Amino acid sequence: MADLSVIQSATHAPQFDDAAQQREAATFGMWVFLATEVLFFGGMFLAYTVYRLAYPAAFAEASRHTLIAVGGTNTAILLISSATMAFAVRAAKERQRATLAWLLLATGALGALFLGIKGFEYAHEVSEHLLPGRNFHFQGPHPDHAQMFFYIYFLMTGVHAFHLTIGVILIAWFALRAWKTDAFAKNDTAVELLGLYWHFVDIVWVFLFPLIYLVNRH
Amino acid sequence: MIAETCVLPIKVEPAENYLNAEHSIRSWLLTTDHKRIGLLYMVSITLFFFVGGAAAALMRIELLTPRADLVTSATYNKLFTLHGVVMVWFFLIPSIPTVLGNFLVPMMIGARDVAFPRLNLASWYLFMGGGALTLWSIVAGGVDTGWTFYTPYSSTYANGHVIAMATGIFIAGFGSIATGLNFIVTIHKMRAPGLTWFRLPLFIWAIYTTSLILVLATPVLAITLALMALERIFGVGIFNPAMGGDPLLFQHLFWFYSHPAVYIMILPGMGVVSEVIPCFARKSMFGYRYVAYATVAIGVFGFLVWGHHMFVSSQSIYAGMIFSTLSFLVSIPSAIKVFNWTSTLYKGSITFQTPMLYAFGFIGLFTVGGMTGLILAALAVDVHLHDTYFVIAHFHYIMVGGAVMGYLGGLHFWWPKISGRMYCEWLAKLSAATIFLGFNLTFFPQFILGYLGMPRRYPVYAPEFQVLNVLSTAGASILAVGYLLPLAYLLWSLRYGKPAGRNPWQATGLEWTTQSPPLRDNFETPPVVTREPYQYDAQAAELEAANHG
Amino acid sequence: MHRLISFLFPEQASNLAAGVDSIFFALVALCGAVTLLVMVLILFFCIRYRRGSEASRAGKKLSSGLWETTWTIIPLLIFIGIFIWAAQAYFHMLTPPADTVSTYVVAKQWMWKIQHGDGRREINELHIPVGQAVKLVMTSEDVIHDFFVPAFRTKQDVVPGRYTTIWFTPTKPGKYHLFCSQYCGLNHATMGGWIYVMEPEDYACWLARGNAPISLAAQGERVFHTLGCSGCHAENSKIHAPLLDGIYGKPIPLSGGTVVIADDQYLRDSILLPIKQITAGYEPLMPTYQNHISEEDLTAVIAYLKFLGTAERKNR
Repeated sequence: MADLSVIQSATHAPQFDDAAQQREAATFGMWVFLATEVLFFGGMFLAYTVYRLAYPAAFAEASRHTLIAVGGTNTAILLISSATMAFAVRAAKERQRATLAWLLLATGALGALFLGIKGFEYAHEVSEHLLPGRNFHFQGPHPDHAQMFFYIYFLMTGVHAFHLTIGVILIAWFALRAWKTDAFAKNDTAVELLGLYWHFVDIVWVFLFPLIYLVNRH
Repeated sequence: MIAETCVLPIKVEPAENYLNAEHSIRSWLLTTDHKRIGLLYMVSITLFFFVGGAAAALMRIELLTPRADLVTSATYNKLFTLHGVVMVWFFLIPSIPTVLGNFLVPMMIGARDVAFPRLNLASWYLFMGGGALTLWSIVAGGVDTGWTFYTPYSSTYANGHVIAMATGIFIAGFGSIATGLNFIVTIHKMRAPGLTWFRLPLFIWAIYTTSLILVLATPVLAITLALMALERIFGVGIFNPAMGGDPLLFQHLFWFYSHPAVYIMILPGMGVVSEVIPCFARKSMFGYRYVAYATVAIGVFGFLVWGHHMFVSSQSIYAGMIFSTLSFLVSIPSAIKVFNWTSTLYKGSITFQTPMLYAFGFIGLFTVGGMTGLILAALAVDVHLHDTYFVIAHFHYIMVGGAVMGYLGGLHFWWPKISGRMYCEWLAKLSAATIFLGFNLTFFPQFILGYLGMPRRYPVYAPEFQVLNVLSTAGASILAVGYLLPLAYLLWSLRYGKPAGRNPWQATGLEWTTQSPPLRDNFETPPVVTREPYQYDAQAAELEAANHG
Repeated sequence: MHRLISFLFPEQASNLAAGVDSIFFALVALCGAVTLLVMVLILFFCIRYRRGSEASRAGKKLSSGLWETTWTIIPLLIFIGIFIWAAQAYFHMLTPPADTVSTYVVAKQWMWKIQHGDGRREINELHIPVGQAVKLVMTSEDVIHDFFVPAFRTKQDVVPGRYTTIWFTPTKPGKYHLFCSQYCGLNHATMGGWIYVMEPEDYACWLARGNAPISLAAQGERVFHTLGCSGCHAENSKIHAPLLDGIYGKPIPLSGGTVVIADDQYLRDSILLPIKQITAGYEPLMPTYQNHISEEDLTAVIAYLKFLGTAERKNR
């Protein structure tokens, strides 16, 4: 009896009846969290839509000042990272510890690469005076409206990058744990949930990319 | 009799419970026990309530005369902003969900704790962090935008610590989201064996719907305030028409959260009433399923009516008509609830303890608040009444007459469970009556003031409005006494109250099957549920049988 | 008695007031009836079914589809009725009679500036003759304000960057409060004034007082020349720009293929943000006049554009 309770407490937290309940609760909790995230990004997407419809010309003009090659590269990087993440979740399910660690490492590295490139892109935009604020400077008929575009651009990509940074940190930590311990040997739920989060962040980018880089580009 | 119940110190039987399990301050500040977290919230929101209440008191005293003589206009504008922000985000929205919800949700569904206890504690820290920043922004000089932060005033013209205050609300908002998420998962996944959805207490239905709103509406508020604050920092113009922005977009986004937020405040109050009425009528809830459905319907419709705050804002006439229609529709589930509560009394066996008095108060004041809401939903009438004291009176009937009465009623109902002690019944009845009286005297004159045309947010007003304002202030002073009394006798009861025993009200519900105060893990043995909620008739029959046997 | 009524109830001084009041009273009666019904029922049940009373508890019901349906359907039907009634009145409030003359209102922190068609200007006061419909075209120079006259039972937000309108026909001579009812900052509470509704002969006296200014349209014509608008928008101009004679109220085909009516808002946008709506067949050559023209000059120019093409002008 005593032995049994030790095993139990190792597999699930005390508020749960068993590991299955814990897994269900954690998974469901992640989905609820993602629902809240959708609404959070939704507010920004709404603002974007309203002003793009109001000022299509200014938004097209502003969009041409973004670096499409850089954005495209980043899109590819994130898509690949989603694939490695999916493989990582599979590796966790199949209890392949080393593979899991490597795949997580690859995913995290791709995420970090994305952030690095994004940082380079931001630096370029700041040097071009495209950061809204006192130093904003835009050649064109409607600098105020172009500034709106860049305001929403920096906000959306900034919030996205923030999410991605958290993801990278978690992934690095998970990779370390997978490498050093057998934390995920009995319980792959955490990896699965991290995967859900990562895919969500990628999907947000998949929406952001055309909205930012592909406005009226022919 | 009185001396017996109120003064004599009587010792609680020395059972082990969640309150005496550990004693250090650390054990409170780092607790993951949902009951202790509920108490942390209780202390915090009580503090915020008296901060917001002090601002209200100053405003009411200022309004005794038509001139700005007690405080200047500048100060008055900061006071109503402080009152609105603190009362809405730091008292009303957290009130029932975080105090009673935290304490009761796991107990009512037969669980040991919420699904994510550490997240639950983190919510409280987010709440307190946000609250501290908000209080700092007030102490450091204040904000004068009103709690609605309308642009372009807030984003471009206002002075003061708008950004700090918005950040405070933003942070506290994530606390709300975490609480809502926790409750949703807990209610979905951690119910005791046999506890099906239609065996859940209506309080749980209410908290569940409230949590959905918290999770789906709060992020929109967060991003809206972020857009406004960043606009202020960077001087961009997405809400500033001078730079091509649209100030109405802010209003749409703001009310998309802030209208459902009204249901965050009122639904849990309705949940409390749905527990209290059957208990003191000794009868099962009439139309249980309809009330449960009505709860969810209010939550859903509540998301679709935000535009009724904008009938005179220059939004399109047709938008106005749609939002007006939907606003009428959202009142129907509320009406259903009122009728069901009333019908529950029919052929009951009614007693009039304090929680029941609050429940009656709730029904009466909520009915007035809801019905005056219909007056405001009627388009042409709203044009005249919008932004007048009529609106102020209406939403105070809902938020104070409804939500606060619900909170106090719930607090009195579950106080024996929370503290293990009974409070002084006659004092509690006296204060319930005082609050009811003071409330009506404060806010009823404001309906008349509003129809006469006194706009809100006016420290200086036309002299013909003075008599009604004086009446209102007189009522407010009675109300203040009513609010201070419970603070005194509830604290008193902690030491001198009679031990409550497991179930002082002979209520049904899992939370009453365990000791008071409960154990750290709530139940001695995990409960199994075999019947519908509110089986007061069956309970009476069993007692009867036991007596005869 | 009269004092009590005026203490509890605002004067009715416009064509809109009676309609709003009748809906309001009907709703108050309904609210009162429902609240009373609930109260009386609760009180009755509390007395009859208090613990220990003799009343029979036999035949308790726990649910009744019939009752639930009844108290869902009846309120629903009543609400639909009220909605239609109130919506009709609302529609009436927002649709000024076609031939009403515009008076312009520019709000700013913390005053109301009024420009009459004949060129008179007032601050925080509006003099109007009784029995004549008044249409106010309003905008703000800074934050959102709200034009509220309780005695007329109408109000309208005054939003920067756009024109909003409000109309009423005063029915009773007197002096009525004008309030700002949308919070607008420090002196929001004192951003008010008076509406003077005058008998026609008093109004004539008021008009005769003071020196007659030049009309708003004439003021607009001056601005039109000063800002150089006439350089392009003229028959003999070298630049290909549309002629503006009789433009007001006409449908304008845009380069995108849509057609808009040239109302106050369109003219305002075309001056401040010409690129937003390009008239079909013209190049987007016009510069923006944002930050180069005040709200008051803008309303004057629009009054002038309205005046172009009217019979009065043809006869000049």
